Amino acid sequence: MRIVVQQEPFKPGAEMDAFAEGAAGSGAVVTFTGIVRDMPGGGLQAMQIEHYPGMTERSIAEIAGQARERWSLADVLVIHRHGSLRPGEQIMMVATAAPHRKDAFEAAEFLMDYLKSRAPFWKKEVTADGADWVAARDEDEDALSRW
Amino acid sequence: MDVLYFAWVRERIGLPRETVETNAATVADLVDELRAREPRYAAAFAETDALRVALDQELSDFDAPLSGVREVAFFPPMTGG
Repeated sequence: MRIVVQQEPFKPGAEMDAFAEGAAGSGAVVTFTGIVRDMPGGGLQAMQIEHYPGMTERSIAEIAGQARERWSLADVLVIHRHGSLRPGEQIMMVATAAPHRKDAFEAAEFLMDYLKSRAPFWKKEVTADGADWVAARDEDEDALSRW
Repeated sequence: MDVLYFAWVRERIGLPRETVETNAATVADLVDELRAREPRYAAAFAETDALRVALDQELSDFDAPLSGVREVAFFPPMTGG
């Protein structure tokens, strides 16, 4: 299991290759990459991501640990960036390796749902008009109830 | 104890962390003490429904006891991913 919280960009392809190599014999690797989405019509200058050093790593490890208890997983990778990002940049990546694809898919979705509202990250959108904190959405909280 | 603020809570209060001397029994008591300090605290803690709290880096509740706690953090609902 590898958990990385960093400011620097990362290369999803290289991460995926290294992860799959380490999980050789697994049968299934699922990856998800989150990208900074521009606003409709453009206009997003930056997405600033703040986090709680210490608690961030701890909560991601706890979420990944829960995933490993619920599904048969060979390995888990979570990379999440913080700092100031531009539209089109990768924010985060989740990868799961499992003997069978169902476990890999479900665990990846579980990780994403929990990372969205249980890991201490906060996003702020910067436009020409100013900067606004992104509000948590009810759907994100509701998404947890299916697990 | 150390009290940490994140996102708009940090912006409203105007600092990321501070050391607070308190005998507050619960998180809610601590919030009441902070609110009474200055308008910027009152503004940050106007609606605790809009806030989350972590005690020693674990999500907790406003009615949780503070005994033995070293680090309290206040922040809005998280928006990761």
